[in-house]
Amino acid sequence: MQMSTPAAATVPISAVRIKPKASRDDWQMRAFMLVIGLYLLVALAFPLYAMLSKSFQNHDGDFIGFANYLEYFGTPALTYSINNSIFVAVITTGITVTVAFVLAYALTRSCMPLKGFFKSVAMVPILVPSLLPGIALVYLFGRQGLIPELLFGHDIYGPIGIIIAEVFFTLPHAMIIIITALSIADSRLYESAIALRASKPRIFFTVTLPGARYGLISAAFVVFTLTITDFGAPKVIGGDFNVLATDIYKQVIGQQNFEMGAVVSVVLLIPAAVAFFVDRIVQKKQVALLSARAVPLQPNPNRRFDSMMLGYACLVSLFILGMLAVCQYAALVKFYPYDLSLGLKNYQFDLMDGGGWESYFNSIRMATYTALFGTIVVFVGAYMVEKGRGFRLGRGFFQLLAMMPMAVPGLVLGLAYIFFFNAPNNPLNFIYGTMAILVISTITHFYTVSHLTAVTALKQMDAEFEAVSSSLKQPFYKVFSRVTVPVCLPAIFDIGIYLFVNAMTTVSAVVFLYGPDTTLASVAVLNMDDAGDIAPAAAMGMMIFYTAAGVRILHYIVSAYIERRTQKWRMR
Amino acid sequence: MENTKTRKQASPRLPTERPFLRITDLTKMFGAFTALHEISLEIYDGEFVCFLGPSGCGKTTLLRAIAGLDIQTSGTVEQGGKDVSALPPSERDFGIVFQSYALFPNMTVRKNIAYGLENRKTARSEIKSRVSELLELVGLPEQADKYPAQLSGGQQQRVALARALATSPGLLLLDEPLSALDAKVRAYLRHEIRALQERLGVTTIMVTHDQEEALTMADRIVVMNNGFIEQIGSPMEIYREPATSFVADFIGTMNFVPGIVEGAESVKVGKIILQCDLDESLDSGEVTVAIRPEDIEVQEASRGANQGNNVVEVSVEEVEFLGSFVRADFASDSIGNVRLRADLSINLVRRLDIVEGSTISVALPRERIRVYAKNG
Repeated sequence: MQMSTPAAATVPISAVRIKPKASRDDWQMRAFMLVIGLYLLVALAFPLYAMLSKSFQNHDGDFIGFANYLEYFGTPALTYSINNSIFVAVITTGITVTVAFVLAYALTRSCMPLKGFFKSVAMVPILVPSLLPGIALVYLFGRQGLIPELLFGHDIYGPIGIIIAEVFFTLPHAMIIIITALSIADSRLYESAIALRASKPRIFFTVTLPGARYGLISAAFVVFTLTITDFGAPKVIGGDFNVLATDIYKQVIGQQNFEMGAVVSVVLLIPAAVAFFVDRIVQKKQVALLSARAVPLQPNPNRRFDSMMLGYACLVSLFILGMLAVCQYAALVKFYPYDLSLGLKNYQFDLMDGGGWESYFNSIRMATYTALFGTIVVFVGAYMVEKGRGFRLGRGFFQLLAMMPMAVPGLVLGLAYIFFFNAPNNPLNFIYGTMAILVISTITHFYTVSHLTAVTALKQMDAEFEAVSSSLKQPFYKVFSRVTVPVCLPAIFDIGIYLFVNAMTTVSAVVFLYGPDTTLASVAVLNMDDAGDIAPAAAMGMMIFYTAAGVRILHYIVSAYIERRTQKWRMR
Repeated sequence: MENTKTRKQASPRLPTERPFLRITDLTKMFGAFTALHEISLEIYDGEFVCFLGPSGCGKTTLLRAIAGLDIQTSGTVEQGGKDVSALPPSERDFGIVFQSYALFPNMTVRKNIAYGLENRKTARSEIKSRVSELLELVGLPEQADKYPAQLSGGQQQRVALARALATSPGLLLLDEPLSALDAKVRAYLRHEIRALQERLGVTTIMVTHDQEEALTMADRIVVMNNGFIEQIGSPMEIYREPATSFVADFIGTMNFVPGIVEGAESVKVGKIILQCDLDESLDSGEVTVAIRPEDIEVQEASRGANQGNNVVEVSVEEVEFLGSFVRADFASDSIGNVRLRADLSINLVRRLDIVEGSTISVALPRERIRVYAKNG
C-alpha cells in the first residue's frame, strides 16, 4: 500500500519544473495566432499610437506636449461640441431605449400578429448608412419639405434632426439587446407573483423591469456610443450644430489641421471607451443571469393589450418605412419640388460628384473582400485564442486587441490610419489609397462584434474535441476543417453577412481613406449631399439599402437550406 | 456495499515486474493553488484502476496530466519505460473517453470511429473492416450510419469508447464516462466496459466520484482527497481496511466515535474500554474509533454470545425499514453522546422483536474496529 504523506504541502524546491514540449500543432497554432495578432497590431494598435503621438505634435512634427490640448480647451467654439455631443447622445439614448423597450415588450410579451414582420422592419435601419435618415428628414421637414409645419417653426437642421435620425439609426441595436433580455424571463417568477396576488403594474415593476435591467443598461450604453461616435447623421442634418464627430471631419478635411483632428479624436475616444468598458462589465453579469435554467414565458392572449401593442408596432414600422419611402420618392422625383414627375434621372450618378456608378461597384467589391477575408481572419483568430494550448500571455494579449476596436470610433480609426500608413517612412505606405486599406480598416473597425460572435459559437463546441483529435494523433487542422467549421457554419455566415452589410453602409473610417480609384457608395452619398445633389444622394443610399437587403435575404435562404441539410445532426 | 462481488483479484505483482505506468512525485499547481501534491503511483499492464474521490480532489487533474492535456508542474510520468512527462498528447499513446463523449456531431457513428484511423497510410478497406469490428465489439453494428444526436446516451458512450479504442492504444483513459447516464444504463455499462477491458487486456484508468462504480469495476482503487492519495488498494482492502478516516467515511457508511488510547490494545470510549488493534503511531491521546454498521453484532442469549468482549448495552432509538434489511440507531450512556448505526437483518429483528425503545446488547468485534488519529 503506497501513500503520500500529507505533510509535504508545497513543491519541494529541488523538484524539477516540467517544461511542456510544444507539438507541431502547438507551433502551427501559435504561428497563426502570431500572424493575426500582428495584423491587429499593425491595423489597430500602431495607428492608434501614431494618432495619440500626433496630438502632442505641432504641424512640423515637433513634440509640444499638451499645447494642442490647451489650444483646444481654450477655444469655446470647439469645446462647445463636447456638450452638444453629450446632449444629443443622452437624449437619443433616452428616447431609443424607451421606444425599443416597448417594441421588444410587444414582440416578446404580447400575442399580437405579424411579429416576424415587425421585427424585420425594425432591423431595416441596420441596412442603410446613417446618412440616409438625415436625407429623409431634409425632405420631410426641410425648408421645402413635405410637412415642415409639423415642427411648429423649429428647424430640422440641428439637434432635433440629429436626434430623430439617431433614434432611427440606433433602434435595431437597442431592440436586439432588449429582446434578448426579455426573452430569458422565467415564467415561474410570474406564476409566483400572480399566486401572491400582485397587481399587473406591480408585477411589471418588480419582475419584468428588474429582469431586463442588464439588457436595458447594455442597450443604453450601446446607443450612447453609437450616437456620440456617429458622423453620418450630424453631417447631413446637423446644420451649424457642431458635434465631436463632425469636428474631426471639419478639422481634417476642411482645415487640413491634422493635429487638432487628433486632439478631438482623443476627446471622442474617452466617452466611447468608458461606455464600452462599463458595458462589458454589465454584459458579464447578464451572462450569469442567462445560465440559470428558466422555464420560458409564454404570453397569454389579451385582446386589449395585444391590439395596443399592435398599434404601437405599426407606428414604429410606419416611422421606419416612412423614412425609407421618402428617400425612395425623393430619388425618383425628377426635380423636387418643381417637377414632381417620376424618373430615373437621379440615378445617373456618373454625372455627379462622388465617383458615379463605379463607387457603387467599388463598394460591392470592398464589402465582398471584407466579408471574405474578414470572416477568415476573425474566425481563425478566435479559434486560436479559444482552442490553443499554453501560450497564455499571447492569447490574453490577442483577446485584448480583439476587444479594442469596439471602443474606437470609425472616424478616429480612419484618421489614425492616415497618420500611420501615410507616413513616408512606413514600409506599408504603398497600401494607402488602395482597396486594401479600405478592406483592412473595415475589418478592423467591425472586428469586435465579429470576434465575439465567433467566440460564442466556439464556446458552444465541446471543449474536448481538440483533445480527442490529438489523442488520435490527428492534426488540429483536421478537427478544425472537418468539425469546427461545419458545426459553426451558421455563425460563420452571420459574421460574413455582418461584415458585408457594415462595409456597404459605413462612412466613418473610410471617409478619410478612399482614393480617386476607390470611391465608395456610402461616401458618394455624403459627397453628393455635400454638393447639394440630395436627390442622387438619396438614390445612392437606396441602392445601398437594396443591395444590403438583397444579401440579407440571400443569407436567409442559404441559412434555411443549410439548416435543412444539417438538421439530422444539429441538436435542438 | 452489499453487492460488491468478489472478482478474481489481479494477480499479485512481483516486486521485479516493471510497471506499465509510473508516476513519480507529480505536483500540479494552478497559480498558487496546489491541485496535486507529489503523487506517486504505479500501474501495471492490463490493470483496471479507478481514481476515486470527491469533486475537486484532483483525480481529473491527474488523469489530464497522464494524458498530457494539462501537463504537471513537476514530477515525471513514465509510460512503457519511456519518460513522457513533457510530451504533448499527440506524442503519447492513449485513447480517451470524456464525460461529454465529445463525439463529432456532424459525423456519423462510422466516421467518428474511423477518425483516428485516417491519415495513417491505412487502406480504405482496412479502415472499413476495423470500424465494423469495433462496432461489433461495442454492440452497435446497426447504428453505423446514424449521427450522435440520434443515439441514446448509453449508445453515444459506447461510440466514444470504440473511437478511443480504434487505434489500439496501450492505455485507455476514462473521465467519468458514466456520470451523464441514468442509473439503469449506468449499471449495465459498468459491466460492459469491464468485460470489454478484460477481453482486450488494455490498461485502463477511470476517474469517478461514484464509489459503487469504483468498487464494482476496479482491480485497484486510488482514493484521492485534496490533491493527495489517501489509499491505494483493491476494492476489498479499501472497504475493509480503510487507511484513513477520510477513506472510511467516503466509502460506504461508517460509525465514528471519539475515544482515548488506554493501553497497547485498548481504547476508552465513553465509560467503557474497547479492545482493538492499534497502530503503533497511536500510542496515546485522542483518537477516532470507527466501525461499519453491518459489523455491529446484536447479542442473542440463545446463541452463545461474544461474552464480555466489547459488548455494550444499548437502547434502540430509531428503526428504519429499508426493504431487505433494517437500519437501527442505538444510544447508550456508557459510550457517551453518540449514536451507533447498525444494519440488521429482517430475521434478526423479528426474532428478537427489536423495536424503538427496546434495550439490547451489541458486540463491536475487535477485528472490525478501526482506530484513526483524531484529525487523521
